[in-house]
Amino acid sequence: MALPKLKAEATEALLGARPLPKGGCLQAARESALARLREMGLPSRRDEYWKFTRPDTLISAEAPRAALFDAGEAPMFSDFDRLKIVFVDGVFDAEASDDLEMDGVRIDRLEDICCQDIHWAKDLYGVLEARGQSPVQRPLATFNTAYATDGVAIHVTGKPSKPISLIYIHANEQSDAVLHHVIRVEEGAEATILENGPAASRFNKCMEIDVADTGRLHLVRAQGRDHERRAATHMFARLGRESVLKSFTLTVNGVLTRNEAYIELTGDDAVCHIAGACAGDGEFHHDDTVFITHDAVNCESRQVFKKVLRNGAVGVFQGKILVKEGAQKTDGYQISQSLLLDGDSQFLAKPELEIYADDVACSHGSTSGAIDETALFYLRSRGVPEGEATDLLTLAFLAEAVDEIEDKALAEDIVSRLQAWLARRRS
Amino acid sequence: MLCGPETNEEKMLEIKGLHVKLEEEDKPILKGVDLTVEAGKVHAIMGPNGSGKSTLSYVLSGREGYEVTQGSAELEGVDLLEMEPEERAAAGLFLAFQYPVEIPGVGNMTFLRTAVNAQRKARGEDEISAADFLKLIRQKAKDLQIDAEMLKRPVNVGFSGGEKKRNEILQMAMLEPKMCILDETDSGLDVDAMKLVSDGVNALRDAGRGFLVITHYQRLLDHIKPDVVHIMADGRIVKSGGPELALEVEHNGYGDILAEAS
Repeated sequence: MALPKLKAEATEALLGARPLPKGGCLQAARESALARLREMGLPSRRDEYWKFTRPDTLISAEAPRAALFDAGEAPMFSDFDRLKIVFVDGVFDAEASDDLEMDGVRIDRLEDICCQDIHWAKDLYGVLEARGQSPVQRPLATFNTAYATDGVAIHVTGKPSKPISLIYIHANEQSDAVLHHVIRVEEGAEATILENGPAASRFNKCMEIDVADTGRLHLVRAQGRDHERRAATHMFARLGRESVLKSFTLTVNGVLTRNEAYIELTGDDAVCHIAGACAGDGEFHHDDTVFITHDAVNCESRQVFKKVLRNGAVGVFQGKILVKEGAQKTDGYQISQSLLLDGDSQFLAKPELEIYADDVACSHGSTSGAIDETALFYLRSRGVPEGEATDLLTLAFLAEAVDEIEDKALAEDIVSRLQAWLARRRS
Repeated sequence: MLCGPETNEEKMLEIKGLHVKLEEEDKPILKGVDLTVEAGKVHAIMGPNGSGKSTLSYVLSGREGYEVTQGSAELEGVDLLEMEPEERAAAGLFLAFQYPVEIPGVGNMTFLRTAVNAQRKARGEDEISAADFLKLIRQKAKDLQIDAEMLKRPVNVGFSGGEKKRNEILQMAMLEPKMCILDETDSGLDVDAMKLVSDGVNALRDAGRGFLVITHYQRLLDHIKPDVVHIMADGRIVKSGGPELALEVEHNGYGDILAEAS
């Protein structure tokens, strides 16, 4: 079916001006992605899943500018021993990065695997992304598969002794970063991947994750505090039998963020937890769009999203659990909640369940609320000043999401960042 | 007679001609309350439902939604009504809630440490060290038979009625206020729990601390022996006397007293 004229024009306006990066062995995947993208077109406001979030600044030919931001505090995860992989405005920085050698994991840059005839990543690059285009199209991810200029392939074969830390530095006011990572966790292997930083004035990131039977992967990311930065990120994951994927995202600030996740539980007894805590003040639009498919028996999925919004900030949640025929004993949980600190902020939520099995437990809830006045008075009556009491209740609201982080030290670091963010807003 | 029988004692809490209405309605609730609690004394307030007992406790602790139209309330000679709730707490006022509030996501221990340190800070004192705090709370929790698990759980979440009330007394013990108001602390308690809570309160009775115990039943006053008993009706203190007044209410109800007052 031909695209509507407007959509076709907008798509060509972006693609026409962009040559495909030289892809080596990924060339075929890039070309196929480009063909798919021409067929589906870039997102527009009329698309069902873009009703609440305007895509125009994410697809404009030029990336909008974003002032550089001095956070005035040590970057996230600074205190943790980790293997650092640094990208500056979307370009790998070998000098700032650690040696990529570590026991239990093999890390390659995309550009290096392109020269090899045979590489496991070839069977993954663009493959999970393509699977994730149905029933809902995610054209920005397809764009990423076609145009990604850098990224890493992480092959986890054992239990590396420290986390792999992807650091995204924003150095140029107008920069357009397109990064694509592929990750495979082998049977019985386990790793933690950290991500932090805004990456560029506009960031398009795609991560494809294949977790084999009994593999475990933990993802913890913080998206960078630059106020004017924009980000569209996708995670596509396929989980084997008894495997575990846990993901947590912290977002404070950022004029526009769209985080999409498409997860398939394909092996029995697999577990997937995906959580996010965000806090926005003023020009802040944060969208979590999640699709989890249960396609095996006795799998568990949890979606926990909490948003603190003030001064006209906007939060969006579109979350779906699809339970396929035969996916019996599914345990699906989804909660999305916003704490509106004033009357100007808004939360738009669209929770969805689609179930074709008869022996499942699925629950979903979505709420918007203000600070509980009774609890606030209780705290104040014990001597806690109003501002501090409000922060305490706000952190309590976010706790269910932060609790999804298994590593307690990482969770504490996240909480202290949130605490500092809140405290700055009342000084 | 409007206040306690003694005269030359130091006044802890002094309420004069207090008139209060709901902010949103014109209906008056307190219609001229006069009450003085001396340092070291326990005063009890009894009275039928709707007489304004709980409103008095809320107004004193600074809850929103009420408007003071006349009168004054002072703690050690300092105007309470001008202060924020947290300032009243730091000045030494404590309200044990009739319905302690559940706060999911805030650990009981974190809550108490935050409160203790906030009050110390407000008074210009140093924060208590984590180790000292832990030692102190463990001892006080033990006295009230509050186990370590309860200290770790979120504030009052999943606590039984008795546990919630014991948790109030634990807060009181940790914060060491000068003036304690107990709002129907006996409601929802079985006999054993009431004994435990009362022991907790009695342990805090000393020469300097004032108590205002609001209750429906004389039973609590068997455990926490009051120096003075007041009867409140229709927004006023209508009668004051010794502990025998509570017994009179227990036997005869409020009918006679109210008839006599009107």
